[in-house]
Amino acid sequence: MQPSVSFPILSALVLVPVIGAIVVALLPKSRAEIVKLVGLGFSLITAAMAGWMLVAFHKGEAGYQFVSKHAWIKTWGISWHLGVDGISLFLIVLTGLLFPIAIWGPDERRDIKAYIAWILVLEAGVMGVFLSLDLFLFFVFFEIVLVPMYFLIGGWGHENRVYAALKFFLYTMAGSAVMLVAMLTLVFLNKSHTGVMTFDLLELSKANLATSTARWLFLAFALAFAIKVPVFPLHTWLPDAHTEAPTAGSVVLAGVMLKMGTYGLLRFGMGLFPEASTWIAPAMLTLAVIGIIYGALVATVQSDLKRLVAYSSVAHLGFIIMGTYAFTTPSLTGGVIQMVNHGLSTGALFLLVGWIYERRHTRQISELKGLFKLAPVLGGVFLLVMFSSIGLPGLNGFVGEFLILIGTFASRRWWAVVAGTGVILAALYMLWAFQRTFHGEPDEVNRDHMHDLTLRERLSIAPLLMLIVFLGVYPKPVLERIEPSVKALLIHVENGSGTVESRVSSGVVESAE
Amino acid sequence: MLELVWLIPALPLLGFLILVFGGKRIGEPNAGRLGAAMVGASFLVTVGVFFDLLSRHGEQRSFTRVLFTWLPSGGLKVNAAILADPLSITMALFVTGIGTLIHIYAIGYMHGDERFARFFVYMNLFVFSMLALILGDSFLTMFLGWEGVGACSYLLISFWFERDSAASAGKKAFVVNRVGDFGLMMAMFLIFSKAGSLTYANVFEFAKAGSFTRTAATAACLLLFVGAIGKSAQLPLYVWLPDAMEGPTPVSALIHAATMVTAGVYLMVRIHPLFLVASPNALHVVAWVGALTALFAATIACAQDDIKRVLAYSTMSQLGYMFLAVGVGANTAAIFHMVTHAFFKALMFLGAGSVIHGMHDEQNIKKMGNLRKWMPITFITYLVGWLAIAGIPPFAGFWSKDDILLAAYRDNKVLWLMALFTAILTAYYMSRQFFLVFFGKERFLHDAQTVAAIGPNDAHVRDHPHESPPTMWLPLVALAGLALVGGAINLPFNAKTEFLGKWLESVDLGGRPILAGGALKYGLAAVTVVLGLVGVAIAYNFWLRTNDARAQAALEPALLQRAYGVDGLYSAVIETPGRLLSAWLAFVFDRKIIDGAVNGLGLVVRFAGGKLRKLQTGYVRNYALGIAGGMVLLLAYALARAGIQ
Repeated sequence: MQPSVSFPILSALVLVPVIGAIVVALLPKSRAEIVKLVGLGFSLITAAMAGWMLVAFHKGEAGYQFVSKHAWIKTWGISWHLGVDGISLFLIVLTGLLFPIAIWGPDERRDIKAYIAWILVLEAGVMGVFLSLDLFLFFVFFEIVLVPMYFLIGGWGHENRVYAALKFFLYTMAGSAVMLVAMLTLVFLNKSHTGVMTFDLLELSKANLATSTARWLFLAFALAFAIKVPVFPLHTWLPDAHTEAPTAGSVVLAGVMLKMGTYGLLRFGMGLFPEASTWIAPAMLTLAVIGIIYGALVATVQSDLKRLVAYSSVAHLGFIIMGTYAFTTPSLTGGVIQMVNHGLSTGALFLLVGWIYERRHTRQISELKGLFKLAPVLGGVFLLVMFSSIGLPGLNGFVGEFLILIGTFASRRWWAVVAGTGVILAALYMLWAFQRTFHGEPDEVNRDHMHDLTLRERLSIAPLLMLIVFLGVYPKPVLERIEPSVKALLIHVENGSGTVESRVSSGVVESAE
Repeated sequence: MLELVWLIPALPLLGFLILVFGGKRIGEPNAGRLGAAMVGASFLVTVGVFFDLLSRHGEQRSFTRVLFTWLPSGGLKVNAAILADPLSITMALFVTGIGTLIHIYAIGYMHGDERFARFFVYMNLFVFSMLALILGDSFLTMFLGWEGVGACSYLLISFWFERDSAASAGKKAFVVNRVGDFGLMMAMFLIFSKAGSLTYANVFEFAKAGSFTRTAATAACLLLFVGAIGKSAQLPLYVWLPDAMEGPTPVSALIHAATMVTAGVYLMVRIHPLFLVASPNALHVVAWVGALTALFAATIACAQDDIKRVLAYSTMSQLGYMFLAVGVGANTAAIFHMVTHAFFKALMFLGAGSVIHGMHDEQNIKKMGNLRKWMPITFITYLVGWLAIAGIPPFAGFWSKDDILLAAYRDNKVLWLMALFTAILTAYYMSRQFFLVFFGKERFLHDAQTVAAIGPNDAHVRDHPHESPPTMWLPLVALAGLALVGGAINLPFNAKTEFLGKWLESVDLGGRPILAGGALKYGLAAVTVVLGLVGVAIAYNFWLRTNDARAQAALEPALLQRAYGVDGLYSAVIETPGRLLSAWLAFVFDRKIIDGAVNGLGLVVRFAGGKLRKLQTGYVRNYALGIAGGMVLLLAYALARAGIQ
């Protein structure tokens, strides 16, 4: 199960950005260019390692690979336990990919040193969240990411940044506080049964809990993750945080941080509380479907381009939640790949909106007009990303959306039917926004300030565009790495819940061609 | 040759890739030539594949080439694979053939456009998508093409995006089509949940084995038909097509007349094994929607003044005929009419483009007249198109329309009467347009007063209409030839002359031969021709001979001019309430209620914590640093509890 790799690659994925942050902090403040280059260098090393891990990853295996386990606080049963499986693999690769782009893409000039240092701390935290197999370790990373993101929004954000940063921080903190209590309760309950104190996910997932206890504990975990996703109606921090954050912050927030919620529901929600997960499914499916429709409707009438993209995230994440709680192989696999897809397309959208803002100093759709004529490359790139976002077949977004819908239809038909209308609405809000922003005859203000993408901008967004196309045309290598872990998780849920909710072994999705 | 079938879509895709990265450098006219050459090469390969298939028999005529596995997940496995069979290759032949002609035409039509190269980028991508749609071996590869042509249609309708109307029309087309796509997606989900596959061969085998319940098959057919209604502009999702005329005219000819809009008909023919196990009502729905659309659109076409809008409503109406044919079980007739319609409607759109070009962007037929004198080639070729659509023998449209009417007559007399009345209207509105454009007074010649008003140097005053360049009229001549003799591919005299029928026998629903007894066949044909001539005569009388303004006005009631006001109705019933609801959700419900509750909770906490004010520094950064401390405290508490236990 464990590849013979002596180099502790997973620990390095967490530690290299930390070292990068320290090095950046020690550099002289006056040399902004060097600071940025060093930060970029460290994020590129991390990306390269993530890429190497991807290549070395054994496909077809469901379990954790590259596992790194060291006792940390022995008396409490806490260990430095990292591992990667098909579910976390591409989230880590996505994290590795997005951070260099977030550093290099936007043209940020204010207090670069602190800015880069915080971004690298953030990267370490995000990596840690996706890699941790120890509950305590996970919680530490889950909390740590709040701090740099808080400072990034508060320090480099737009007009209303203080309010947004505060709201983001307190809202998510409230959720995690509840989760911490549940986590500790779980650990001590487990200790009272087994006599062993451990925070290890693999151990705790075997814990023998009374159904009602497990449900209560699950609800506490689910609350924290649902806020992070965010699931309707816990979403109102998101538009504020997204809108006020600097471009890099928005890219990372949408690209990977929201997935900490969906990932948590999969890894910890289902892993620790399989029965409770199937018990909550109807409620989660309903909230997910509401989120899909609601997010799309509200996005339609937004006047701020960033806010519009933020609400579109509510809709997209709704699809992922729906796929997760439909408990079929295609829907869950689709949910996992959709986490990556949403990171690529929404990350790209925030970059593009950021570049428009750098030129025009506004995000108001009403003040933008005819940009396609002035910046054909920017417009063309925006078109491609837009088509990816609305799920055009041949591009990445479709793969996830389709698998989620077809899988959900098999087990939860009517939710899939209602969610399907979200596909219509997505076309509406995106195309309407594109029309108002890019179409029409440009007025004088736009003509004076709008210019096309620079070489740096083109190169920095190019990897996202290539992946958008590649994953749409040939998603097989990704799907076949995700699927074994998803199947294993579904079997775990099936065994744990003793219901036939899961369709992994039923004829519906397994009937071969 | 069959092994090379993948080249058919690959060549336009290659053209797209070259042009998207190098089109601007290649420039005018070479970007256009490259685009046309790629589609032309694709056509040649298709011809080769066609003859290869023709030399085979029975099962051998269906050939699948798997390229790679596209979507494997759970029990779902979808290949990127090409299915070459008589149906798909028939479609591919006219898509690439007419596509080549229209690409050549566009080199002339788009001359001088600042985005000349980009036009061919979109056009080549469109041809690729269309070929993926018809050559795909599964519902999902078909859907890939289906959405791809939709996206290209969007890009090309709003090609001149500086015009707000063009931008809006493109968006409208895409969004309305998505409503249809919703049905298509649900159909796929349903089919997969029953048959465990989306590949045609597996699904149809499943159907033939009788494994679908009748309800499931009926639901699947009707949901697929919802998709077809959107793409092929049938009632009630047709509203995007008239607006789509905002696109450059070659786009209207290729996408919104000859190829993309026929995709729905193709889909209905493709799924014939499903219809066989579905309730007969499914086919009845198709027939009725088709017949109603045919009639409905034809009435509107009688009162339109925009040369392209007349053709747009006419296209809708003709597509209605094709669905009627499918609905009464005459799949061959549907495909036959699809092919002849592609010939004559592409011809008429390109002819209209030539007229618009020659008239310096004038599209109102009331401001034209006597153009036969100025544009003789356009006139002669348009004449062929006019006679073809009016159903005058021996032009192509007569044969295919007659097949449909015959099939309708045997199935349901009411449907037949509707189709027959539509045929009169068709002859009438096309004649009205033809006479207004090419005969009568030269209404574009301004009187002295107008000349003074708009200035003597205005293009409309200074330049007379002129014939279009050879790149434009050569395709017209080619299409006119096809519209003249195209009927020969399926002559109804005896079993031997029904080439298309024999070639497509695998897709026919069986048991309903088109070939009818002599007396009935010739009698019905005679009725159709006579009624067609009546339509022509009425138009001649009111629009050319008497030219009485009051009579003309009576023939164009406002209700028809406004196309029954359906756009306004949709806007009032769907768009406005939708917008109001969204605004209420966004600015009242989301901001005030949900977010209000969140902020309210925050205030309560702050109030309750008032006594702890000394600890409150007001800076979250201190909280941030306090996280660590908080965690330690909680841990200590947990430890204490552990100690108790």
